[in-house]
Amino acid sequence: MKFENYMILEFPSKSANESFARSAVACFAAQMDPTLEELGDIRTAVSEAVTNCIVHAYPDGLGMITLRCRILKGNVLDIVIKDKGVGIENLEQARKPMFTTGGSERSGMGFTIMESFMSSFTVVSTPGKGTSVHMRRKLQRRK
Amino acid sequence: MHLTSFLQDGHLTVALTGEIDHHCAKAYIEAITAKIEAYTPKSCVLDFQEVTFMDSSGIAVVINALRNMTRIDGKLILTGLNNQPMKVFRTSGIDKLVEIKEAVV
Repeated sequence: MKFENYMILEFPSKSANESFARSAVACFAAQMDPTLEELGDIRTAVSEAVTNCIVHAYPDGLGMITLRCRILKGNVLDIVIKDKGVGIENLEQARKPMFTTGGSERSGMGFTIMESFMSSFTVVSTPGKGTSVHMRRKLQRRK
Repeated sequence: MHLTSFLQDGHLTVALTGEIDHHCAKAYIEAITAKIEAYTPKSCVLDFQEVTFMDSSGIAVVINALRNMTRIDGKLILTGLNNQPMKVFRTSGIDKLVEIKEAVV
C-alpha cells in the first residue's frame, strides 16, 4: 500500500460546503500532527479549490465535487479536488494573479494561493468535461 | 456573516467575525459598502481580530472597501490580523496597498 490512510468525499457545489470541505480535510490531516500554520495553509488551499468548482465549474447550477485526500509515506498530504463542470479554456490566463471572470466578489488570487501555500500544485482541465486540481503538502515532523 | 461597527468623530470601525469565504463575502462587501455610503467616513478601519479564517474572498472584501474609501478621499486601515489572514494578504500584495496596524490590546 502506497498510502497510509485515505478518505473520499462527494458533495454538491453549494457554497455552504466550502467550510465543510476545508474543515473535513483539516480534521483528516490532524492525525499527521500538523502545526497551526500548516493546517491554515491546507485549509486555505482547499477552500480556494472548492470555491473555484462552485463559482466557475458549475456557473448555472449545481454539480458534484469529489475530494480525495491521502496520507502518503514521508508525512505528505495528497489532495485531489475534481469537478465535471465546464472546464477552463485558457489555463495560462486563469493562473495569472488577479485574473478572474468571477465578478467583484472574487479576487483572482485562488490559483496563486494554492501554488504558494502547498508544496506542489497541478491543474488539469478539459473544456466541457471538467477540472482536476492535485495538491501536495509535506508536513514537518515535530520532535 | 456577523459584523459590528461604530462611528466616532467621522471615523468608522467595522469588526468582522468568524470565517470569511466566498459563501459570505458578498454579504460582507454589501454591508461594508452600505456603511461607507451612509456615513462617508474620513477613515474606515476593518478589524480582523475575531476573524478565525480567511481565503482569497477576504481580498475582494478589502479591495471593494478600498475602492469605496478612495472614491470619497478617505483612508482604509486593516487591524488585528491573525497569522492566517495576514499570510493571504501578503501573498496577494494587498499589504502594500493598504495600511496595516497592530491591534490595540
